[in-house]
Amino acid sequence: MLGIHQIYGRRRVQLNIILPLLCRYYYASRTDNMLSTNVKTLRKTRNTPSRPVTVARLYSSNKHNSKVPKVPTWEPLGEDRIPSLPQVSSDLVDKLERLALVDFRTKEGLVCLERAIRFADHLNMVDTTGVEPMDSVLEHGQLFLRGDTVTEGDCAEKLLPLSNTTVEEYFVAPPVGNKTSTSNRH
Amino acid sequence: PGRDAPAQSRSNRTFSMLEYVLACLCRSRPHELVGVVGLEIHAQIQSNTKLFSGSKVGFSAPPNSLVSFFDASLPGTLPVLNRRCVEAAVMTALALNCTINKKSFFDRKHYFYADLPAGYQITQQRRAVAVDGQLAYSLLGGRKRNQIQSRTVRIKQIQLEQDSGKSLHDDQRSQTLIDLNRAGVGLMELVMEPDMSCGEQAAAAVRELQLVLQALGTCQGNMSEGQLRVDANVSVHRPGEELGVRTEVKNINSARFLSRAIDYEIQRQIEALGRGEAVLNETRTYDSKSGFMPEPNLPPLVVYEDRGSVPAGLLGAEGVVVLEGLREGLPELPSVKRARLVRSYGLLPEHSFTLVNEDGLMEYFEAVVKETRKEPRKLIGWVTNELLGHLKHHNLSVSKCPVSPSALAELLELQEAGHISSTVAKQVASLSPSVCDSVSLSVSVRALQEGNKKVLNRLMGLVQKETKGRADPVLVRSLLEEKTS
Repeated sequence: MLGIHQIYGRRRVQLNIILPLLCRYYYASRTDNMLSTNVKTLRKTRNTPSRPVTVARLYSSNKHNSKVPKVPTWEPLGEDRIPSLPQVSSDLVDKLERLALVDFRTKEGLVCLERAIRFADHLNMVDTTGVEPMDSVLEHGQLFLRGDTVTEGDCAEKLLPLSNTTVEEYFVAPPVGNKTSTSNRH
Repeated sequence: PGRDAPAQSRSNRTFSMLEYVLACLCRSRPHELVGVVGLEIHAQIQSNTKLFSGSKVGFSAPPNSLVSFFDASLPGTLPVLNRRCVEAAVMTALALNCTINKKSFFDRKHYFYADLPAGYQITQQRRAVAVDGQLAYSLLGGRKRNQIQSRTVRIKQIQLEQDSGKSLHDDQRSQTLIDLNRAGVGLMELVMEPDMSCGEQAAAAVRELQLVLQALGTCQGNMSEGQLRVDANVSVHRPGEELGVRTEVKNINSARFLSRAIDYEIQRQIEALGRGEAVLNETRTYDSKSGFMPEPNLPPLVVYEDRGSVPAGLLGAEGVVVLEGLREGLPELPSVKRARLVRSYGLLPEHSFTLVNEDGLMEYFEAVVKETRKEPRKLIGWVTNELLGHLKHHNLSVSKCPVSPSALAELLELQEAGHISSTVAKQVASLSPSVCDSVSLSVSVRALQEGNKKVLNRLMGLVQKETKGRADPVLVRSLLEEKTS
């Protein structure tokens, strides 16, 4: 990018950097009607130090059309509007512990779980009739298929050092069969 | 689970009795408990590289040498689907008369196991690439085991999924050694409906599937090397009543053992119920449907019916699978091969069934036919009964048969011309130690014809040995001289 300018020396380059900066400060300080529409000064809401954030779209004659609403468009949900929480049974805790390999049978763990479920329950208040669930943002695309040629692998010397313990080019894991998680094997 | 060796210590005598009893049961006795068998088969796709990465697919390579960063599930890696694997799944589905889902989805199945580095396996649970097919297979039944019984089993779906790595248990040092060479290799999972009722049917269905996959080239189908893995879901019930509790029979590495293991499990369940006990399902202690989520890194897999339906931008690109081309390019399937043998050689269906069922036997038979003017119908018995019977008795495969097709052809010509009796010919074909002699027999005859008289004595000796001295030496000599003059 600096190719041509290098021929003309550093002065050119510096001008290329300084010029936009100068323009920015110039336009930002002006209150000219035509240009002021390109500048938006946003103030953050209460409870935060009000340092205005300036958005300047230089060289644009289009009005800056922010998609961010000026005021919140949602109403906070009262706790009473969420349906009451079903009890977390001991079986469910068992199952979750097995699936996630996390021990949380303590009082704090269960309270945390209940709070998490409560938080997720907010989603039930959204009306989704007629809306298909989304898998990912790629779901309207199409899967690219690769040709069947060998392009990678043969890097054991890079992979094995990543593990704390190896034995003769094998990765090492704790013995299988003690944890209840092994019953998950298909 | 999945790692323990199944029980192998059952006596042969018990099993042949058991098979007979169950065979009787299979012929619908309405108030008796009968077995219900459903198979889940994992077939390793024959491709150069893995399902979602460009690592080589190979065997007996140094541990962890065929592993890419994606296979080791290092952060920042993404799956890229291998076109060959899609084609393999689609070809298999077409050969099994399945409906291909033009759009199918990938999911993650989460579970913890040391040889699954990512903590999940990419599979197709919501919408598989193919559904609703069927596999037609045959059994040789009847008292003499020479009557063809045709059956079909419905295929519920065929889905693409990843294989896991291999774990080696080192109980001495209380650790597991992990080799990820196999992690990420493409698998086709074929789920069959529970349309079978005993081990014999299951083994026959698996054998037919092996032949189909080998003919297509989509899987080498070697059970002992783990290229074809069969899990059987077994339950018992009275016909007409609802199905009983299922148990799983896993980790079987031969079709014959599959048959025995299934029959054993059916018998075990029948006996347990007879004693008033309930059948316990020990392997499934949780809801198997949990732990799935859509794979967020993979858009839907789309396959096109014909070149016309491919969007303009994609035509000509490598990354497109078109059904029309694959359908036309399907090789000759075993069922078609059998029909062709019946037509070309005038064989009975049970003959062509045996020819196709045994690896290499069809080629052997066709080679014998070429070398002789005898009618194929007269040769087939020698090949399928005598030769094959003795091969099995000595536990040899057709490729290791010591009697070459041309030697057998010559032998049978001699027998036809009356120079040796059927008994002698049978003895020669029985692969007893005199087998080497039978090979030299044909060589000697040729040598005699070329005028080497010394060989005559040797030939005489051979004939006497074969007939255990029962042949008239004068007659034999004159016959041999006449034949070779």
